[in-house]
Amino acid sequence: MIIRVCMGPAGIAAGGKQVLDAFNAELGRTQVAAKVLENCSSHQVGCLGLCARDVLVEVHRDGTKTVYQYVKPDMVARIVQEHLIGGKVVKDWLVDAAYDSFYRKQVKVVLADCGRIDPESIDAYESVKGYEAARDVLASRTPEEIIEEIKMSGLRGRGGAGFPTGLKWELGRKAKSDVKYIICNADEGDPGAFMDRAVIEGSPHAVIEGMIIGAYAIQAGHGYVYIRAEYPLAVERLRMALDQARSRGYLGKGIFRSKFDFDIKIKLGAGAFVCGEETALIASIEGQRGMPRPKPPFPVNKGLWQKPTVINNVETLANIPHIIRNGCGWYAGFGTERSRGTKVFALTGKIKNPGLIEVPMGITLREIIEEIGGGIESGKPFKAVQTGGPSGGCIPASMMDITMDYEALAKAGSIVGSGGMIVLDADDCMVNVAKYFVQFTQAESCGKCVPCRVGTKRLLETLERITSGKGSPNDIELLEELSGGIKSLSLCGLGQTAPNPVLSTIKYFRDEYDAHIRDRKCPAKVCKGLLTYSIDAAKCKACGSCLKACPSGAVSGEKKKPHKIDPAKCVRCGACFDVCKFGAVERE
Amino acid sequence: MESRLRELIERHRETGGNIISLLQDTQEAFGYIPRDAVMLFSRELGIAASRFYGVATFYAQFRLKPVGRHKVTACCGTACHVRGADRIISGIQRELHLAGEQDTTDDGLITLDKVACLGFCSFAPVVLVDGAVHGKATTDIAIREIKNLRKKI
Repeated sequence: MIIRVCMGPAGIAAGGKQVLDAFNAELGRTQVAAKVLENCSSHQVGCLGLCARDVLVEVHRDGTKTVYQYVKPDMVARIVQEHLIGGKVVKDWLVDAAYDSFYRKQVKVVLADCGRIDPESIDAYESVKGYEAARDVLASRTPEEIIEEIKMSGLRGRGGAGFPTGLKWELGRKAKSDVKYIICNADEGDPGAFMDRAVIEGSPHAVIEGMIIGAYAIQAGHGYVYIRAEYPLAVERLRMALDQARSRGYLGKGIFRSKFDFDIKIKLGAGAFVCGEETALIASIEGQRGMPRPKPPFPVNKGLWQKPTVINNVETLANIPHIIRNGCGWYAGFGTERSRGTKVFALTGKIKNPGLIEVPMGITLREIIEEIGGGIESGKPFKAVQTGGPSGGCIPASMMDITMDYEALAKAGSIVGSGGMIVLDADDCMVNVAKYFVQFTQAESCGKCVPCRVGTKRLLETLERITSGKGSPNDIELLEELSGGIKSLSLCGLGQTAPNPVLSTIKYFRDEYDAHIRDRKCPAKVCKGLLTYSIDAAKCKACGSCLKACPSGAVSGEKKKPHKIDPAKCVRCGACFDVCKFGAVERE
Repeated sequence: MESRLRELIERHRETGGNIISLLQDTQEAFGYIPRDAVMLFSRELGIAASRFYGVATFYAQFRLKPVGRHKVTACCGTACHVRGADRIISGIQRELHLAGEQDTTDDGLITLDKVACLGFCSFAPVVLVDGAVHGKATTDIAIREIKNLRKKI
């Protein structure tokens, strides 16, 4: 008998260690012969399972697996007594149907090994057929065959733009040069997406193997992984994996006993969102400011140090070994006509079961939100989902049956992007969400071209005016006009997509903009400048914390008497609302 | 300081000269990019100081002012934002008496660092105190952790 206790970060936070200790103590006391193991302890980013129900405990007995949810130490004795000794499952504590639907709708390709194998061991990776694809490719296949295989699989770039990977490799292969580069783009700057980090932390060798195959296909001798310095664990694991691969002869001179030389270096990003853009990324590796340049020439002809360069995203590369091993037909069997395969999404926000999920392309938004995500956490109505981060847009609740693929999302005014999916409920203000993203892109604009540098600033100013109650009736038209200019005139993808969050919220939530501008109200009660604060005398305990917190002296009151807010002095910062423990501060 | 900087210059020469890597190494050694370091690099390597500052001010990672001995990191990523990161940050600023753009306490002990996304979105909102992750944070939790930190200092 085996007992597995979830010891990922979520499991530990929920008390996994105490549950583990309780099992060990109880088994010692009752002399039951069972082994207690830890799930996910080596994979520090989370097991990619249903962490919301931690502590999860698996009991393996007579060849069947039983899973219990929300296990607390005081529940352990009964599980041992009734299930392990008595052979009767404790039905009260079993995982419910939600556990089942969380897994049923998912297809794990890229994430298959994450959390299951020890990411710091090359043996563990090889035990799940790791490096078999690369070995096979180097021994018996031509670059052209590999490119054809990837083209037939229909794989498209998972970093955002969705460019067909096979075609990119073909262009790289055809470029004539003695020196070529392949770069893995791990500069995951989209706030709200962390799939690249999870893949590298969970299975770094898969990314390396993908790079080896890519390098062979385009005949590049040098590789770089451009990775955010903000991901120290991922960097460390990658470094470790590179050393291991080198020591086995999978990197370096004559890899896999072939005549092909290939090695990989790590370059740490220094924190600039724009460096996700290919030409900016190249400038950054060269040690310069990460500013994009006009294309053409494309990196595939003139890239790093002016040499042909192919840049692929982490998730794209992690798909490669699976496609080579299982064949393009297998991969193309998932997804839709033009969007093949699976996609990893970071499902977060107001959702019951947040986390990384991997689903076949073409799944509906409803299936993701209701079945995998378990619905809205607060029980309030689902309002919208934001996909694609600062370059994407919002999909409203009324379009819940939209399929998640490149074409359908683009048609709806959003993008798949890198796979961030922020779920919003009735408490979220859509104008505020748009402002949040414009704030981000405005700060991250590199400043090279005027439409982006000045345009995003004017967009932000207009949105700030609207959310502080100073909007004027033609502001929506102004936003639309500005957006059109920024989209069509900006140099790179950052500027060309920056207005998307604004345009899509105007398209689907124009009434919220109207409420801010015309009625000077924020329907979701988020925009502080549009709220008025008052104290409910019946609820006020005269504790004085709002009085202390108020920066403008607007709160007055004596001991043991309900406090008051003077609207003339109030600067609407909301500090009193935040500190009140009795819910006595009301906002309107 | 100077001998340390000269070491960095040598390493820089050996590895082919990359401004970003040199500044990253400098920051790792000193916690920020001191003015004297840039001036020395400029003289020794024959690269204009403006180029160093151009790079240093472009990337979010680089600091031109000393950093506090302890660090409170607040995530402002989208998932944290919709779960109330703003409120937590203003609570931390009140607790640390930070005004406006000020990011380090007057005594130079604690720095508040606002970052775009740490990738802990499923535990949003997230606050880190000296690297220890506090998920599903509230203003109260953040303030409690800062008070605990103060006690240890």
